[in-house]
Amino acid sequence: MQVQSYFSGLDTIDGELITLNLGPTHPATHGIFQNVLKMDGERIIEAEQTIGYIHRAFEKLGERRPYNQITPITDRLNYCSSPINNMGWHMTVEKLIGCEVPKRAQYMRVIMMELARIADHLICNSVIGVDTGALTGFTYIFQEREHIYDLYEEICGTRLTTNMGRIGGMERDFSPAFHTKMKAFLTRFPKKFDEFTSLLERNRIFIDRTVGAGPISGERALEYGFTGPNLRAAGVDYDVRVANPYSSYEDFDFIIPVGENGDTYDRFLVRQEEIRQSVRIIEQAYKNMPEGPYHADVPDFYLPSKDDVYTKMEALIYHFKIVMGEVPVPVGEVYHAVEGGNGELGFYLVSDGGRQPFRLHFRRPCFIYYQAYPEMIKGSFLSDAILTMSSMNVIAGELDA
Amino acid sequence: MHLSNDIMRAAIEQQFPGSILKHEEPYGMLTMETTREQIIPILEFVKNDPALQVNFLTSLCGIHYPDQSGRELGVVYHMQSMRNNFRFRIKIFFSIEDAVAPTATTLWPAANWMERETYDFFGVHFTGHPNLKRILNVEDMDVFPLRKEYRLEDGTRTDKDDRFFGRDGHEGREFD
Repeated sequence: MQVQSYFSGLDTIDGELITLNLGPTHPATHGIFQNVLKMDGERIIEAEQTIGYIHRAFEKLGERRPYNQITPITDRLNYCSSPINNMGWHMTVEKLIGCEVPKRAQYMRVIMMELARIADHLICNSVIGVDTGALTGFTYIFQEREHIYDLYEEICGTRLTTNMGRIGGMERDFSPAFHTKMKAFLTRFPKKFDEFTSLLERNRIFIDRTVGAGPISGERALEYGFTGPNLRAAGVDYDVRVANPYSSYEDFDFIIPVGENGDTYDRFLVRQEEIRQSVRIIEQAYKNMPEGPYHADVPDFYLPSKDDVYTKMEALIYHFKIVMGEVPVPVGEVYHAVEGGNGELGFYLVSDGGRQPFRLHFRRPCFIYYQAYPEMIKGSFLSDAILTMSSMNVIAGELDA
Repeated sequence: MHLSNDIMRAAIEQQFPGSILKHEEPYGMLTMETTREQIIPILEFVKNDPALQVNFLTSLCGIHYPDQSGRELGVVYHMQSMRNNFRFRIKIFFSIEDAVAPTATTLWPAANWMERETYDFFGVHFTGHPNLKRILNVEDMDVFPLRKEYRLEDGTRTDKDDRFFGRDGHEGREFD
């Protein structure tokens, strides 16, 4: 009877409410998410998320690993844009140890991070297309993501969980093959992306499905701790790259796109424009790439080359000290944030001088903004809820840590 | 208005005299310590003050110092004023036997899951929280895994003794 009174004002189908388990393994949720929905026919009355299905205790693991071994953990946060996580972590440690990274390494990082952002946004936007019934754009644009992964491979040898760069800079300089592939990417990608855009951006069916789906106001988004494209889609022009520039982002000319309604279509458009801006940043960084070393001179943290280890006493000592974790680390606490694919990715690191962090906390944007999901889908259709989730780009790895 | 660490601290000190027990600026970020009785009034004040406009709860997390007897557990709030582009950090500490802190969900709904996570990891009970239960771990777990007494690796291993690696071996040692 309680149910009756709660929903008395509603137009129920046969007066029946259904509890629907959306997930944990539902093909439309693109990951292990469970949502227990209370449905009135097609409409969602209430929703509650269950998370933690791929919780791997990263914060605990971080307390038992030397600083350089934490980088692979960060890969697995938002695995659609691992390089951003890697660089964010390196910059956090560099802040702690007071290491100034050479300009060339900073520009290299910017290029890799913006490639990662493009890859991240491509997945999100093409998946929004898939969830509206348009598979073509997804299969088409995934070739471009493969090309971005080829570029990763040239700089770090891996494609998905990149472990890219080192504390103090990059692990190696851009190879000749990288330059060839990068130039090819810069000429080919904008055209391909325009084709992808023409498939969806003004597509009538797509617009009908996405406009007004899962909206949130700017004020509410801020209260819910939104950051990144989801916050910007709600009209708040907050971007860590501009608010607190890191890695020489202040050198580049780019705009922060903002939406108005904070709905699925705005989130889509914000990400579309961010991809174009990322290409602009990459072009600027690539064209103005400064000469110089690709890593800082921090022998306590940056592994010497293998040739030197085998032939030089000093290099051997440093190698041993780094690998065995005998490096003195300053005592202190730092917070460093980067603009991840989904918003402000923060690292709160407390060091007590030991070889591992005393405490390491990840501010994971997905975890924080996914809280708002029930509120955003309340009263909407189930199909809109699916779209809302894919447009929020909730990445299970980052959500569950 | 350009906010600085001094202005922020003075504003809080003026509104709540004696509330800031300790303050420092590691790596330029204002870091203050207060009591759990005063944390929510302070956060409410900085949020609603028209000059300070600390509108954003960036992050909330727990921390455990087993050596600080009587104030082992802590909660760290990272705050941000987007309008002023200013960040600061504020902490509270309390005894592990009396792990209770007031909820910040009344000010920011974003605190909901962050507090659930802190409860899940450290066992901090947030009074007034609408739905305080475990979030990342299974519900029937009976430990708070990020407390320092729970060692990540087998305690019998001697090859990774912290005493050999720059620490005095306090991490988890006395609990073995």
